[in-house]
Amino acid sequence: MTEIERITQWVAPGARVLDLGCGNGSLLKRLWQTRRAPGYGVEIDDAHVLDCVKNDVNVLQMNLEDGLATFADASFDYVILSETLQAIHHQEPLMKEMLRVGREAIVSFPNFAYWRARIQIALAGHMPVSKELPYQWYDTPNVHHCTLIDFEALCGKLGLKILERVVLRNGGTVSFLPNLLGAHALYRVSAERAQ
Amino acid sequence: MNAPQLPPDSVGVVEERKAQFDEPLRLRSGAVLPAYELAYETYGTLNAARSNAVLVCHALNASHHVAGVYADDPKNVGWWDNLVGPGKPLDTNRFFVIGSNYLGSCFGSTGPASINPATGKPWGADFPVVTVEDWVEAQARLADRLGIERFAAVMGGSLGAMQALQWTLSYPERVRHALVIAATSKLSAQNIAFNEVARQAIMTDPDFHGGHYYEKGVVPRRGLRIARMIGHITYLSNDAMMEKFGRMLRDKDKPGFDFDIDFEIESYLRYQGDKFAGYFDANTYLRITKALDYFDPAAEYGGDLSKALARAKAEFLVVSFTSDWRFTPTRSREIVKALLDNRRIVSYLEIDAPQGHDAFLLDDPRYFGALRAYFSNIAL
Repeated sequence: MTEIERITQWVAPGARVLDLGCGNGSLLKRLWQTRRAPGYGVEIDDAHVLDCVKNDVNVLQMNLEDGLATFADASFDYVILSETLQAIHHQEPLMKEMLRVGREAIVSFPNFAYWRARIQIALAGHMPVSKELPYQWYDTPNVHHCTLIDFEALCGKLGLKILERVVLRNGGTVSFLPNLLGAHALYRVSAERAQ
Repeated sequence: MNAPQLPPDSVGVVEERKAQFDEPLRLRSGAVLPAYELAYETYGTLNAARSNAVLVCHALNASHHVAGVYADDPKNVGWWDNLVGPGKPLDTNRFFVIGSNYLGSCFGSTGPASINPATGKPWGADFPVVTVEDWVEAQARLADRLGIERFAAVMGGSLGAMQALQWTLSYPERVRHALVIAATSKLSAQNIAFNEVARQAIMTDPDFHGGHYYEKGVVPRRGLRIARMIGHITYLSNDAMMEKFGRMLRDKDKPGFDFDIDFEIESYLRYQGDKFAGYFDANTYLRITKALDYFDPAAEYGGDLSKALARAKAEFLVVSFTSDWRFTPTRSREIVKALLDNRRIVSYLEIDAPQGHDAFLLDDPRYFGALRAYFSNIAL
């Protein structure tokens, strides 16, 4: 199951969605077509924004680093940050903002502790370059990589409750040693404090 | 006479039309205009369902001549000809496009230079101050006359964008899509300040005669040209001006140490000022700047734009340009926020263009690409 399919499952029919770093709008388009969930995407890249307009997806050309002041408190059911967390400079304020404007946040990112990445650093001695992390260290949009453990620690610090976690590799889910064997992580979190 | 050689994506030779309205129009100021005429042009064909009409609203110094050329004036190309035509982003093969001149203009609609039926003389200073709301009322009657109950889209840039926005508030049911470009929902104090300097330049011109200069056979040219020079400074970004003119001297290698033209920018402003003073009416200019100053749909809602836009039903495309310091992207984002607060369908483009406010007239591929895509997604 792909990440997009999993997110689509999580989003309730008719829910209001904000997709941060929405790319060409394919997720939003799918959420509308399959769940009748209306939404907006936030994107900064000109080519992606144009693709969104072509895809008839509501897109707002804005910089996530400037915050989400355009959006009112609790105005969305889900705020999605898909494959964008690692490209943000200030994750902490953004995570807080996401749960100010949304009831729940859905966050996905490549797991930097995936064994293939670990091997490249530990044995080959260079920054990992792979299907999940396709960039050279000197030419990458990614600035803050993290692992499952790191992200969960941040959630703990911010008092966020992890409602659901799915770890993926090659389209399948990983339940055994996820921080080692999982290439991708997908979380659903809320601001409700963990019991 | 040779037919003008026109590219295949031009709407070709067009004709100005006039519509006369004899029912009095009550204006926002309380004044009543007993009758009025609107000049307009149309391009393309209204479909049988009457669902493909697009109203293009013009800005300060433009007119209803949006696209094409006139048979007797083949060099007079419409001001948004790069946008409107067969196969162009606003495709006249699909859409029926209307360019409407606003009330108070000097390009064919009833305005200060028209004859006041009460006196038999030009209105001059007695022509009422008209507002964006009044323009929309006047245009709505034109839409009635043309048999258009609902526009596929209403669009405009700058002052034209204010009209597009006002259309969605005055007639929420009559606008399916609004394209609001290089816009603001209200002028800043700085914007009003520039307008006031322009007005003072005109009104202190000895040839102004309190607005009754027509009967004196003179035109307050000096005031008009200064007003236009000020305007031009605000339409361009500092970077665009530096890029275009820098500190280049005009036809000389060293400063003249006198008050003739030294720099290219001086020559440019004087040229633009002279040109404008040759065709634009000072009384119209005064009224347009007032229409700009007064526009503020949020005012009657305690400044709350979200409340003001609550009655809008259209789907919106809002576009701003990063180097536009006249109506900055921040102003557009306020409109977007108010629409989001009301859960309206909206997309927002912030084009990183260097040209300043005037960028809305240029065919930046990101901007025009988005307009093309947006229009092609409008179902008819």
